[in-house]
Amino acid sequence: MKIVQLSLFLENKPGQVFRICRILAEAQLNLITLCLADTQQFGILRLILRDWQKAKELLETHGFVATTTEVVAIEVDDRPGGMARVLEVLSEHQINIEYLYAFTFKRGDKAVVVFRFDRPDEAIAALQQAGENVLGPVELYGDTN
Amino acid sequence: MNSTLESWSDGDSPVHPLSAIDFLPLSQLRAMQLYRLQSIVRWTYQRVPLFRERMRERGLTPDDIHDLRDVAKLPFTCKADLHATYPFGLFACSMQEIVRLHASSGTKSKPIVVAYTQEDLEVWASVMARTFLLCGIRRGDIIQNAYGYGLFTGGLGFHSGAERLGATVIPMSTGNSDRQIMIMKDFGCTAVCCTPSYFLHLIERARDLGVDLRKHPLRVGMFGAEPWTEAMRARIQDEAGIKAHDCYGLSEIIGPGVAAECPYQNGLHVFEDHFYPEIVDPDTGEVLPEGEEGELVLTTLTKQAMPMIRYRTRDITRIISDPCPCGRTIRRLARIRHRSDDMLIVRGINVFPSQVEEALLTVEGTLPHYQIVLTREDNLDQMEIRVEVTPEVFADTVGAMEQLRQRLVHQIESTVGLRVRVRLVEPQSLQRSEGKAKRVLDLRNQGANGPAPHHKGGTNS
Repeated sequence: MKIVQLSLFLENKPGQVFRICRILAEAQLNLITLCLADTQQFGILRLILRDWQKAKELLETHGFVATTTEVVAIEVDDRPGGMARVLEVLSEHQINIEYLYAFTFKRGDKAVVVFRFDRPDEAIAALQQAGENVLGPVELYGDTN
Repeated sequence: MNSTLESWSDGDSPVHPLSAIDFLPLSQLRAMQLYRLQSIVRWTYQRVPLFRERMRERGLTPDDIHDLRDVAKLPFTCKADLHATYPFGLFACSMQEIVRLHASSGTKSKPIVVAYTQEDLEVWASVMARTFLLCGIRRGDIIQNAYGYGLFTGGLGFHSGAERLGATVIPMSTGNSDRQIMIMKDFGCTAVCCTPSYFLHLIERARDLGVDLRKHPLRVGMFGAEPWTEAMRARIQDEAGIKAHDCYGLSEIIGPGVAAECPYQNGLHVFEDHFYPEIVDPDTGEVLPEGEEGELVLTTLTKQAMPMIRYRTRDITRIISDPCPCGRTIRRLARIRHRSDDMLIVRGINVFPSQVEEALLTVEGTLPHYQIVLTREDNLDQMEIRVEVTPEVFADTVGAMEQLRQRLVHQIESTVGLRVRVRLVEPQSLQRSEGKAKRVLDLRNQGANGPAPHHKGGTNS
């Protein structure tokens, strides 16, 4: 139940994220979410979208360097303690989080947290065992039609 | 048409008739060189006032050359002499005899002008034909010549040699990469001639167009006009499925056709029946013992229109005298890793762009596009290396990218012995040139008198 995330290398200069979003917009590609990790010099823009293959091809023809990574999307209750419960499971299983970012889903009472783990398969197994809802592509992209 | 040439094939004899002189017994070669040296010194003494003056200052006449070693007595000629006598001051012939002029592109405002008589052009075509033969090109080969045609000697130099050999030459000149790739593919070219950086650009472009050069008949590349590294060669050979030969020349001497690699790729055979090589200490001018590295000095033994006696090439190399497995007796030059003209002086330390390339290759495995940017902050030189991120090295975490940057910093610092900054930049963001790669951006002293002269011999050295 892993999700493909598209990552792009960006230099820290004005207009870069806009350029990418405009390219995707012109191709009618809808983003589910995005997240920017940055350092003083450069940034990595991470995108989740259904048509990631098309987006990757398109952005590469525009000269961007892109790579794909498998991440895990988990539905978390949008209330105090929702996130803590998930992290507790991961901590118990000694699973390392490389990074994470969250967004709220259209349904309102749920938030989605995207994780990159060092051992994603173990993480998925542990979370599912603990009753957490690990989202697959259908659930994640389904609402965007 | 010469019937020996038409009927010749590799099966009959390992030596093509045009290459025979490459295999001359050494005693005969040395005797020929001495005779030619004596003749060219006399020719130049009689016809070039600057040379005559310098000989007289040393109390020398053309009769003082008794031995090849006597070449060391003769005065040097350097690039400054060509600038000082611009445009025609070192010509040894009148325009009645001169049939062609070429000029260097040069960054200085005035170019260097070189001249050829009809016989000089014959010699040039013959050494270029020998260059093609060295690289394994024969009649029947289709050669895509992507060196610039025009004032630059590259295009017409390769062109005349290919015709002399009887191969098929396509005079593409440089630029218009998509068309280059189309012709290469559709015409079934078997050999290509251009600068190595331009060929790397063609490889990239071919890949974008979905053309795999390894699947085409292209077999040999002849690359020169700029220094390139072994790792660049490995990448070209691997990604294009060809044998990449280093070809060396300079317009002051004749253009391309001074030296080139045979298929053993272990040094460049110098056509020393026409170009006599010496290695000198770049600082003192003393001739160095055989095999030592130093500055290459060349004397043209037969050139009529513009003979060069002991020309300081500023290229750093050594002479290899051991026999080559290919059987040629003409000696070899080690691959030229730096041109002393490319040398940068940063905080008093000599830095060659080729050192930065070696470091980048060590870390990344292939050579990314890069640029060295020199600035001055608080009166201190700063060196920044901008490196384009390639799909091969791009990783999704900040930590991994920061680690890559640190590895590059460490490797470059340990190679050049200077603290440097490394900036990772987006692909295709650094300036490309269709000919020579723009590798150095010197912004020191900007604002006062424009970019500082960073070359050895410049005002800040």
